[in-house]
Amino acid sequence: MTYEIIALYAVSFCLIVGAIFTLVGAIGLLKFNDSMTRLHAPTKVGTVGVGAQLLASIIYNGVFGEGAIQELLIMGFLFVTAPISANFIAKVNMHRRACDAPPALPTGEEWATFDLPATDNALLEDKIPSN
Amino acid sequence: MSAATDLMNYALTGAFIVVGLCQLMAMVRVVIGPGTGDRILALDTMVVNAIGLIVLMGLAQGTRIYFEASLIIAMLGFVSTVAYARFVLRGDIIE
Repeated sequence: MTYEIIALYAVSFCLIVGAIFTLVGAIGLLKFNDSMTRLHAPTKVGTVGVGAQLLASIIYNGVFGEGAIQELLIMGFLFVTAPISANFIAKVNMHRRACDAPPALPTGEEWATFDLPATDNALLEDKIPSN
Repeated sequence: MSAATDLMNYALTGAFIVVGLCQLMAMVRVVIGPGTGDRILALDTMVVNAIGLIVLMGLAQGTRIYFEASLIIAMLGFVSTVAYARFVLRGDIIE
């Protein structure tokens, strides 16, 4: 009996924490005034927000249903993929010149992010005669 | 027991309201976002919020049917974010 009451309080705590972090992430996404700054706010939603809600689901199903921890799959998948998609979005911001450009390379080459696709390079080499 | 059950029901309702509000705020950022990166980021956030909403719905209805749906949405959200970003970066998704 007391075990179930403690589980209900734990589920409520996890739900409230998840809701607060989701709200913080959404407010940051809406209020920050720079593309790269906005990139950092929704990471709270992806890690602690959804993570706490999934933890609430795990606790509830473990105590009141047949215990199942498949939610850990979603949590692990989100934790693994969040940095990759953030890296891609940062590269998109750099590509669209929505932020400060990185310093020029000392070798005189171009950063790989700003490089053109292989087909476009081939077209350029066709157009420009090489001596 | 009843106090704890009431607290959980209130927390569940509040979490539904807050996550739905966050979904609307991310949608505002999709509409007004000045750049392409902001729109991709807001769509990614909306996918994560949708996962949270589905998990909350499974918790409210006491069923485990929605687990597979949220897992598939997590995978599709990541793939679609990478596809959008690669389309902007390279002009093509699969070169």
